[in-house]
Amino acid sequence: MDVLVGIGSPDESVAALERTARQAAATGDSVTVAIVGDHPAEARERLETESSSVADDAGIDVSIRHLDGDPGSQLVDVAEAEEFDELVIGGGSESPMGKITIGSTAEFVLLNAHTTVTLVR
Amino acid sequence: MSSDRRYPDEISGPFPTPPITFTDAEDRDIEIRPYDSTDHEYEALAEMYVEFDPSDRAQGIPPGKEPRIRTWLDGILADDCYNIIAWDGDTAAGHATLVPDAEGDNFELAIFVLQEYQQAGIGTNLMEALLGYGKSVGIAKVWLTVERWNHPAVSLYKKIGFETTGAENFELEMAIRIGEDAA
Repeated sequence: MDVLVGIGSPDESVAALERTARQAAATGDSVTVAIVGDHPAEARERLETESSSVADDAGIDVSIRHLDGDPGSQLVDVAEAEEFDELVIGGGSESPMGKITIGSTAEFVLLNAHTTVTLVR
Repeated sequence: MSSDRRYPDEISGPFPTPPITFTDAEDRDIEIRPYDSTDHEYEALAEMYVEFDPSDRAQGIPPGKEPRIRTWLDGILADDCYNIIAWDGDTAAGHATLVPDAEGDNFELAIFVLQEYQQAGIGTNLMEALLGYGKSVGIAKVWLTVERWNHPAVSLYKKIGFETTGAENFELEMAIRIGEDAA
C-alpha cells in the first residue's frame, strides 16, 4: 500500500509519521512524507532530519518532499493525483483543558479527500 | 490556542461570587462553592465523571475511563486552576473550571452538568459563579471552544456575554472580558 503522511503544521505532527513508520515496518507499506506549511529553511531541514531519523528507527525507507502552499489542499491534491491508498495526518491538538481541537488542515482534508484518511492521536 | 486571540472590549458582568445557593427548577437546593482540595470533594467529583453520560462528552472530555478521568482531574484541579462545584447535598451535580493558557494570564473555561441535573438552571448559575470567582481573583479574559452544532451551549454563552472569536474550524471559539487588562 502507498501511504502519504503529512507533517509540519501544528496538528500534522511527527507522531503521525512515527505510527505510520512502525506499521510500515510490519506491513511493507511504501511511505512518502510530505512536509507542509511555510517554514524557514532551518525548520524545513529540521523536519526533514527528524523524518529521516524516525524512518531509520523504524527500519524503513521513506521518500521525503516539501509541499508549498495551503497544507490541506496540497495534501489532498497530491494524494489523489498520485493515487496514494491512504493519507495520514495528525488528529488535532489538545487545549490546556484537554479538549481536542481539529485544525483547519485536518478539517479540509476530512471534508475534501477522496482518499482514505487516518488521523493519528 | 494562539495568544493573539481576540477579546471583546466591553467588560461583561457583574457576576455573583461563590458561594451561592439557589433552588433549581426541580426544587433541589443547590450550593455552588469553590473546590476545597479535600479528598472528599475530589472523590465526589471523580464519581460525577464516572456517572457522566458518554453522549454528553465534548471534544474528548471528560475522558471515558476512571484512570483517565483521574489523570485529567489532577491536571485541571491543580493550584493554578480555579474550580467550582454545584452540590446537591453530598452529590456533585455540576463542575466548572478555569485553566490557564501556557502564558498563564488568560483562562480556558469548561462546564459540566450531570445529566439528571441538566435543564434546571444549574449551568447558568455555574457559569456566572465561575466568572464571578475568576473576577475576584483578578482574571480579565476567558475563552472556550464549543462544538458548532451545540446550539443550547452556544446560546447560553452568548447570553452571558461571550462573543464568537473564531469560527473557521469544527469548533467555535468564544471569548469574554470580565476585567481590565493588567497595566
